[in-house]
This record gives sequence, structure tokens and C-alpha cells, in this order.
Amino acid sequence: MSILDKFAPLGQSYAQLRELGADPFAVTFDSMRSPVEATIDGRPVLVFGSNNYLGLTFDPRMVESGIEALRTYGAGTTGSRIANGTYLGHTSLEHKLAEFFGRRSAMVFTTGYQANLAMISTLAGRDDVLLLDADSHASIYDGSRLSAAQVIRFRHNDPDDLARRLRRLEGQPGDRLIVVEGIYSMLGDRARMAEIAQVKRETGATLLVDEAHSLGVLGANGRGAAEEAGVEDDADFVVGTFSKSLGGIGGFCVSNLPDFDILRVCCRPYMFTASLPPSVVATVQRGLERMVEQPELRQTLHRNAHRLYDGLSAAGFILGPEPGPIVSVRLPDVAVAATFWTALLQEGVYVNLALPPATPDSHPLLRTSVTAAHTDAQVDRAIATLTKIGAALGVLETNNG
Amino acid sequence: MADFQEIVEHIIGHLRKVVPPGTEIAAESRIVGDLGLDSLVVMNFVMALEDDFDVSLTMDSLAKVETVGDLARTLEALTKR
Ligand SMILES: Cc1ncc(COP(=O)(O)O)c(C=O)c1O
Repeated sequence: MSILDKFAPLGQSYAQLRELGADPFAVTFDSMRSPVEATIDGRPVLVFGSNNYLGLTFDPRMVESGIEALRTYGAGTTGSRIANGTYLGHTSLEHKLAEFFGRRSAMVFTTGYQANLAMISTLAGRDDVLLLDADSHASIYDGSRLSAAQVIRFRHNDPDDLARRLRRLEGQPGDRLIVVEGIYSMLGDRARMAEIAQVKRETGATLLVDEAHSLGVLGANGRGAAEEAGVEDDADFVVGTFSKSLGGIGGFCVSNLPDFDILRVCCRPYMFTASLPPSVVATVQRGLERMVEQPELRQTLHRNAHRLYDGLSAAGFILGPEPGPIVSVRLPDVAVAATFWTALLQEGVYVNLALPPATPDSHPLLRTSVTAAHTDAQVDRAIATLTKIGAALGVLETNNG
Repeated sequence: MADFQEIVEHIIGHLRKVVPPGTEIAAESRIVGDLGLDSLVVMNFVMALEDDFDVSLTMDSLAKVETVGDLARTLEALTKR
């Protein structure tokens, strides 16, 4: 008997997965040769499962900025933002972020996960109500568990359901905080931002948008789904991460609220963890500049996204609802998904394997993603490899009658 | 407003659509433990109930629900408010 006994059922599921030859949770890249080429167990693989949407991880200027900051400021800060962990780089990055988003204030966190944990748990207090999209990321759910507020889920991306639930709260005291994501991480579908913003306006609620997957991806300037939908004024708080399009790590929140800075002394996931290393901060700040300087990266990304989506769709795969940097293939069951994933890796294509309950509709997904760094030839190779294996496993819909 | 027994019958009506035919369901049935429903099926069926009764269940109150009867009592309390 041990305290770990309660995980026995999980252990059994994991063991079954490994029996199928798949251990998606223990993949180790021995080297990265480019943003999209790696080696695993000494064998070259094309990476079609990352969040490196703009392909910036090897940008020479970002790498140089990081090295310079590492030399100048050392390996880490060894302290929290509210103690000895705020260097010039941290405040400078906050200014640049606020400027980029056209907002009054910005706060930088050590990860995007912590940014959600911090903002959601702190903004929604005892008498308030949190309204979460049912398909929210774990960091949003975890933030809601740390909050003292009542938590209500609404149907995924359904502004009418959100409106109904807000109406049911009429007369009840307290603030309402709506949380949505710009692009949802599993199926790659976009938030219906315009309608959600309208519900928010009509009900006087506060809106937080997590642009984790949409920063640098959506909007004329890459500010995300709120920019694309023309409703940035309604997004009271925008949260995001540096670990995807910006190729680094870290999280942030920007806002126009005048008293925003009070959060620095009450957000526990901001106060009680060490700040980002100066090298990461420098890399990310340069990454933000590179993103702004190269809007063509966004165009290439969308071209690649359409190429992959159209190719897989034509082959007969069941995909997420719309083309975008995340293209997810729905598979009938875990056994097929694990076999598919393993075969893909053997053929030199790495994708993410997403298993229920982390997936929205209890089907496993091969979560593929494209970046601006993929060439047409690489995208075509991915399509061909997926199609070959998909045909062999009998998961293609034959739509020719 | 619906009373407890009516709510139980209503819930069982929804559950019949998602459990294998012939499954016995009573107020004492544990929704996950006895009926073997996964979390997604539970969420969808709870959302349908929320529509029917025009209420929203908080995640906290749902976490305390184990049986059909628990769920009925939670809905009853909300509709009485
Ligand atoms: C929607 C969403 N929010 C937040 C995060 C957390 O980001 P980070 O990797 O910076 O912790 C992720 C990434 O996994 C995400 O998908």
C-alpha cells in the first residue's frame, strides 16, 4: 500500500498505451536542427507538433540578445518580481508589451499557465461569478479552483448560452468575469469574439481573453482574436504566453484599467515564484520586435495552415472546424490513435497525440500544427505520410461515393 | 415548481438516452460509479438539465453530486430560489 495507489487506473491506461508502442509522454528530442527539424533516438524527424507558429526559436537576433543578457545579468534572478527579481529587462518588456497592445499596463509572469492562474484567481473574488468556456485550457480551470468565486461553465464557443447564464444571475450581487480563448488549443477553432463581446457589453460583465495561440497569428497586427474581430476595447484583460509564437517562455497580461498595478501585490502566482531569467526576457523582447518587423511570417503561417488543412481534408480525414495553425485529426479510438502516432514517428513525422479527457469530444486527436518555418515540400510530406498511414489504418472517409 | 420526485423522474428520462437499454436507474444510482458515464457525457446531460430548469449549476455544487438524488436536490434548491 502506498500513497500512489490511487493512480493505479491511470497507470494501467498508460501501460496499455505503451503496449501499442506509443509513449507520447516520454518523447525526447536529442537535437533541434531548425525550428521544424529535430532528431529523436538519432533519427531525423519533421516537427509538426509544436506551438512555434512563427518559427522564431532560432532567430539569430533573438539568440544573440539572450546570450548577451546571460553574460551581462547572469543565469537567473533567484527571486520574485516583488523582491529581488525585477531587472530593467522585465520592466522594459512590460512597457513594450503595453505599447504593442496599445494598453496602459502590462504584467509579465514566469509562464502563461501562471498568468492565467494569477489573473483568474485574483480578479474573481468571493462574491463574484466566473463564466468559463467548457473547453477551457487547464490553466483557466486551475485558476478558477484557486478563486473563491462561483464557477459556471457555458457551452463551448456559444454566446447565446453565455447570455442565458448571465441573465440567470440578474439580481445577484458581485462582478461577472467571462474567460475565453482566442484560438482553442485542441481543435484550433476561433472564439466568436464579436458576439461574446456584445454579450459582455449588454450584461456589464468583465471579459478576459487568453490569446495564447492567437498572439502573432490573428489580427492585422498580430494582437490576436480580439483585434481580428475589432473588439479590443471590450477585452478588459488580455492574457498570453511567450512560449508559442514568440518562441520563448513566460506569460503576460495587459489591460487599460487604471488601477491595474495593484495586482502586483495581490496576485500570488506573480508574487511567490521566481521571475524569468534575464536571458529569456531579452530573447522574448527581441522576439516581439521580430514579430512586428516581419508581418509576412503571419502570411506564410496561414498559407501553410491552409495547405495542410486542405490536403488532409481532401485525403478524407475528419478535422477541426476551420483551417489555422492547429490542424487536428479526429480518430475513432485510443488504440488507432496510438498506432497512428507511432507509425508517423517511425516515418519521421512528429505530431502531438491528445487523448481524452484532454480532448473536447472524447475522441483522441492527432494534433498537428504548422509554422511559418515549414516549406511547402515539408507540408506536402506530412500530408503524404499521414495519408499513407491513415489509408492503411482505414480511417479515411471515402467521399467519392 | 417541480418537486423532488418529479425532478428525479426528469433526470432519469435524460439518463435513459445515454445508458445502455435496460439499465436500472433510481434516485440512489451513482451517476459515474453505477452508470459508468464519462465526464463529457455528464457535462452534456447536466447542461441539458440546466436548460430545462433554467438554472446554472456551479462547478462546486456539481463536485458534491454523486447520485441522481443529489443532483435532484441541487436542482430543487436552485429552482426554489
Ligand atoms: C490556452 C492556453 N493558455 C495558457 C497556456 C499556458 O502557456 P505556458 O506554456 O506559457 O504556460 C497554454 C499552453 O499550454 C494554452 O494552450
